[in-house]
Amino acid sequence: MSATPAGPPTPLAAPPPLRRVLVRAERRWRLPNLAAVWQYRELFWVLALRDIRVRYKQTVLGVAWAIVQPLCAMIVFTTISHFARIATDGVRPEVFYYSGLVVWLLFANSMTSAGNSLLGSQHLITKVYFPRLVIPAASVVTALLDFAIALVVLLGMMLAYGTTPAPQIVLLPVFVGLGCAAALGFGLWLSALSTQFRDVRHIAPFVTQLWLFCTPVLYPSSVVGGGWKKVLLDLNPMSAVVEGFRWCVLGRSAPSLTALLLAVAIIVVVLGSSLFYFQRVERTLADRI
Amino acid sequence: MSSGRIRTSGIAKRYQIVGNRDRAVQFNTLAEWIVKSLRGRARPETLWALRDVSFEVAAGEVIGIIGHNGAGKSTLLKIISLITEPTRGELEIVGRVGSLLDVGIGFHPELSGRENVFLNGAILGMRRSEITRKFDEIVAFAGTEAFLDTPVKHYSSGMYMRLAFAVAAHLDPEILIVDEVLAVGDAAFQKKCLGKMGDVAKQGRTVLFVSHNLGAVRSLCTRGIVLSGGAMQFDGAVDEAIARYLSSAADRGAQDGQVTFGSGGLAFDDLAVLSVRLRNQAGEVRALFDAMEPIAIDIEYEVTARLRGARTVIALVTSEGEVAFQSTDQQTRDAEQRPGRYRTSCTIPGALLNGRMYVVEIGFDVPSGRMLAPTRPYLSFVVAGAADNGAALWPGIVNPQLRWATQPA
Repeated sequence: MSATPAGPPTPLAAPPPLRRVLVRAERRWRLPNLAAVWQYRELFWVLALRDIRVRYKQTVLGVAWAIVQPLCAMIVFTTISHFARIATDGVRPEVFYYSGLVVWLLFANSMTSAGNSLLGSQHLITKVYFPRLVIPAASVVTALLDFAIALVVLLGMMLAYGTTPAPQIVLLPVFVGLGCAAALGFGLWLSALSTQFRDVRHIAPFVTQLWLFCTPVLYPSSVVGGGWKKVLLDLNPMSAVVEGFRWCVLGRSAPSLTALLLAVAIIVVVLGSSLFYFQRVERTLADRI
Repeated sequence: MSSGRIRTSGIAKRYQIVGNRDRAVQFNTLAEWIVKSLRGRARPETLWALRDVSFEVAAGEVIGIIGHNGAGKSTLLKIISLITEPTRGELEIVGRVGSLLDVGIGFHPELSGRENVFLNGAILGMRRSEITRKFDEIVAFAGTEAFLDTPVKHYSSGMYMRLAFAVAAHLDPEILIVDEVLAVGDAAFQKKCLGKMGDVAKQGRTVLFVSHNLGAVRSLCTRGIVLSGGAMQFDGAVDEAIARYLSSAADRGAQDGQVTFGSGGLAFDDLAVLSVRLRNQAGEVRALFDAMEPIAIDIEYEVTARLRGARTVIALVTSEGEVAFQSTDQQTRDAEQRPGRYRTSCTIPGALLNGRMYVVEIGFDVPSGRMLAPTRPYLSFVVAGAADNGAALWPGIVNPQLRWATQPA
């Protein structure tokens, strides 16, 4: 035998160097392999583009579909608030509800589609390798496009009602980003769990519905009051995201800094833990679905 | 052309059997998990799909993997393709892997041919620039130039398959893993695909090829690995591998001249094979025939979906893997088949075969359409004696009784 020292096999000497992969069966937890996801960024865009194309080819309403959902909900809530006399932070109820719904639906829709994405991609997962994280991540992009369309309508609506945007509107991407990060974090948990437990799929819409009522979308957080009720509201990271979004667009009550920091911390923990759990499930995903 | 290599050592894969389905997890629902956790968990039934598989593939080797259904071929390919991880063992891959475990992965019916080429290419690991560069070549190979902007849901199944295979055929990885994809389309297209595969192999690329088509395995591969019950039974020259595989296939049917598949038969997508029997002229099931007597092959199967223009193909193969002949009932069956049980019979005339062992391979497909059940060996039989030479074996795959005449000229 040759006199090479013991150690891992070296890659072939010939240029260009070939990619080397080593798979070892082991049960321990591993770091999420984000470098592999980066290598497959082209596939990410291709899948996102596919979802968008299919979506707008299949539905007769096309672009209108992105607006119909928040618009209908807004009309219902405005009607209810008219009778129930719910405070809307000194803003016209139409604008108040619509702005809250737009950012909430971005979160809820992208979380739901990310959560369902793995089970819907069975034919891909069992037949070809790529980092599975690409699938739920791509499904968030579709929701972002719907959001962008709905946002244009919001700005038009504000123009019509004479509501001028506040200068802090430049911070809008921060809150949109936070909402997407939260959606991806919870969505990854849902998608991984749903491959293990089939009933997660049926529980998720119900929980999302309840979650909406625990988030200041239909009411400003000021109506909740202080003390433990406020703490409870702040533990929901979407409270700060929705409030922050409204603050950027409408310029009314800003979320408190502690509430915002708490939300960021929770989102980071959820997203981080979801990446770990997802990578653990990913290894044998093809056998699970 | 640089090519990759593979090394596996002690690879094993265990599946837990949950409610008749092989899955890697024990529970289907949250409710089930809670109930079982409270009760204390029962040991799940497990199945080792692969046990202790170790081999090395050097750069540029073309290897055929053969074995019966359930021998672990697909599981092995999935592990090497990185689709799933082994339960035990280690796997090292040097080079980019392109795996074709199916054609048209990710094809979306609503999208046009053009869009699907880019989608499918990206899923198979091709870069956008690479697809753009090869686009014209891919479309020309598939012969679907005129329908590029038509949604593929309007394609005929033959066109769909051709486009799907064309993308896969232009994949340029250092290691190519192919599972049975050659079994698509009509005979002409299959030939084209085999030619393409041959080119790939000649370019010095490393290829792992799984197929029941022993002729294709023989012509493409130099080395063969035989899997049986999840374990490696043989690893060596392809001719010997095929002989080993066929003799084990023969063991299962040679004694009694029939194979039957229990509980729903040997199921494929739209049909299930229930039984195959060999009968002599008196209708008795036999595995040994006289060279002069005709042999009837009775195939019983159940059609589970409405089929149009489906045909049965029978191939008679020698124990060395050479095809003696192939025959089909295409001319006699053009009608629609409703779901239900069918029996198809084919009679090999007497005084045709040589005094040796033959393996019966059977497949179902729709000509210029799709494969219904890939051609695979079902059973074997032995012909005693030779038609016109008594006991001695003449050279040749067949020994037909021909008309001879000698006259003074």
